[in-house]
Amino acid sequence: MSEVLVLVDHVEGAVRKPTYELLAIAKRLGEPSAVFIGPADKAQEATEKLTAYGAEKIYVVDDSEIRGYLVAPKAETLQQLVQQASPAAVLIPSTSEGKEIGARLAIKTESGLITDAVDVQSDGGVPVTTQSVFAGSWTTRSKVTQGTPIITVKPNSAEPEQTAGAGAVENFAPTISDAAKLAKVVASQPRQASGRPELTEAAIVVSGGRGTGGDFAPIEGLADALGAAVGASRAAVDSGWMPHSFQVGQTGKTVSPQLYVANGISGAIQHRAGMQTSKTIIAVNKDEEAPIFELVDFGVVGDLHAILPAATEEITKRKG
Amino acid sequence: MNIVVCVKHVPDATADRRFESDNTVDRVGVDGLLSELDEYAVEQALQLKEKSEDPASTTVTALCVGPEKAVDAVRKALQMGCDQGIHVSDEAVAGSDYIATSLVLAKAVEKAGEETPVDLVMCGMASTDASGSVVPAMLAERMGLPQVTLASVVETQGDQVRVKRDGDTSTEVIGATMPLVLSVTDQTGEARYPSFKGIMAAKKKPMQTWSLADIGVDPSLVGLSVAWSEVDETTERPPRSQGEIVKDEDGSGAPALAGFLASKKFI
Ligand SMILES: Cc1cc2nc3c(=O)[nH]c(=O)nc-3n(C[C@H](O)[C@H](O)[C@H](O)COP(=O)(O)OP(=O)(O)OC[C@H]3O[C@@H](n4cnc5c(N)ncnc54)[C@H](O)[C@@H]3O)c2cc1C
Ligand SMILES: Nc1ncnc2c1ncn2[C@@H]1O[C@H](COP(=O)(O)O)[C@@H](O)[C@H]1O
Repeated sequence: MSEVLVLVDHVEGAVRKPTYELLAIAKRLGEPSAVFIGPADKAQEATEKLTAYGAEKIYVVDDSEIRGYLVAPKAETLQQLVQQASPAAVLIPSTSEGKEIGARLAIKTESGLITDAVDVQSDGGVPVTTQSVFAGSWTTRSKVTQGTPIITVKPNSAEPEQTAGAGAVENFAPTISDAAKLAKVVASQPRQASGRPELTEAAIVVSGGRGTGGDFAPIEGLADALGAAVGASRAAVDSGWMPHSFQVGQTGKTVSPQLYVANGISGAIQHRAGMQTSKTIIAVNKDEEAPIFELVDFGVVGDLHAILPAATEEITKRKG
Repeated sequence: MNIVVCVKHVPDATADRRFESDNTVDRVGVDGLLSELDEYAVEQALQLKEKSEDPASTTVTALCVGPEKAVDAVRKALQMGCDQGIHVSDEAVAGSDYIATSLVLAKAVEKAGEETPVDLVMCGMASTDASGSVVPAMLAERMGLPQVTLASVVETQGDQVRVKRDGDTSTEVIGATMPLVLSVTDQTGEARYPSFKGIMAAKKKPMQTWSLADIGVDPSLVGLSVAWSEVDETTERPPRSQGEIVKDEDGSGAPALAGFLASKKFI
């Protein structure tokens, strides 16, 4: 069976959940080979996890020479691995970085690229992808017809499978061109962790919009009672109430949780684009004409400042 | 400075977007416009020109690849203040994927820089129809240029470019030397509206239409039939049916909400 390369998404060796989802998808297509590009001293921590989630092989690429040079060196690394392994497909987490790596890899290897898949199935070993397009109003099915299928996959597209693979570690030293080192991170400020689930991975997302008037306490209170991530509309981000990394929508994150609760958000098409495929949608809005109500499974017309704290209290009580 | 801004003509996101029977985007039956996200790139290009020491020596060219109607995107960019426009239009391009689109764009930029080399190729963060956010990276790859993407703040000094970028786990400053490919987000600040004067002036601005032959692209390398990926099926999602809507009266909203959450096993 052919290898299927999975590019590992991690923060300083801590593997992020979408990578495990990709390993599960890779198993449908062939033998999962994880590609870990990161600090050598963090590799062990990562390889143990990757093995536990089904990696048969793990290519470890020490990134000490290429750290800070953005996506170009990673694309060159993958190109060389594709040449060596002739994989059945390359799966990459659909982050902005992942998509750019995929883009460059596609040109380098003369291969077709599919971005933002929400499902990948095998049709006799050929990956068939599902995508959600036009703000979630259409679904498409696609496949790559030339070269090595390169597919970027959205979070929550598969269940991670905790079945150990062989986890054979192979150190890989790519040759990186000088041309790949022309753009560089000159300063970086890590974001403070909120302690809440990652927005794109969370099972429940509670969002606030302009209707919060800048007070996100009721949103955060409800989120914590539900174990949810916090999101925001662009109006809330543009007002400076929340950082951009919390924005849900066309130019923010796309989320597809089990439950999305929109509070004080009108439901503009650009916001819908980021949440329309959520399984269950709830809205709290004082305007019964707000378009967000067209999408909801349950809606409350009223003032979020009164409803959310009371609901939070009720939930905490019920949970005992 | 010589700046080329890549602007895409897309179906209006607020209209009913749909696919044709061959699974390509319907670009005729739905009103099109300059992709809103590319307006931010035009705005940043114009600001770079205005802020430069000698604005008259900076040229901003709007470049669009697309069918006949797509010339409207270039026109809008000219109305906003770009100096000249290039529309690459050729029947063979129809149905192209990212791969072919980036090839055509790269060759067009090359030609645009024949006399004065291009310093900056600017793009939006994503097209609002395909929303791949991949064309800028492909352009950089094809042209052998550094890529600086998803900038929320752009600064230049001489041939040095510094941008701020908000990542998931950190905020970064990225530096590179021109020439390069730069994409900007909608966090860069509102794009200007064309003024009446701008609309009148646009009519007299130089506008070129190029075919594939003009830019030296073999037509057999582009278009739907040779795309490296294919869309086999497109289906419209059934609209979500509206669920129960209750009014919050005398505090009835909160228990109703909690009750719904419990009924769905979220608590
Ligand atoms: C190119 C482009 C990209 C965009 N990308 C995004 C994106 O990624 N994400 C995004 O969200 N938007 C995006 N937008 C903006 C989008 O069009 C809307 O402007 C935005 O989503 C509105 O945010 P909002 O719903 O919070 O504010 P509003 O539309 O102002 O709605 C506020 C709502 O709060 C309600 N309200 C007020 N007070 C209360 C109260 N006390 N209790 C309950 N309800 C109350 C009001 O009835 C209203 O419905 C984009 C726009 C463009 C042009
Ligand atoms: N057909 C096109 N003509 C001009 N520019 C384009 C075209 N397609 C994509 N672009 C540019 O590439 C950016 C990203 O597009 P995409 O990768 O399709 O999301 C857009 O914001 C445009 O700046």
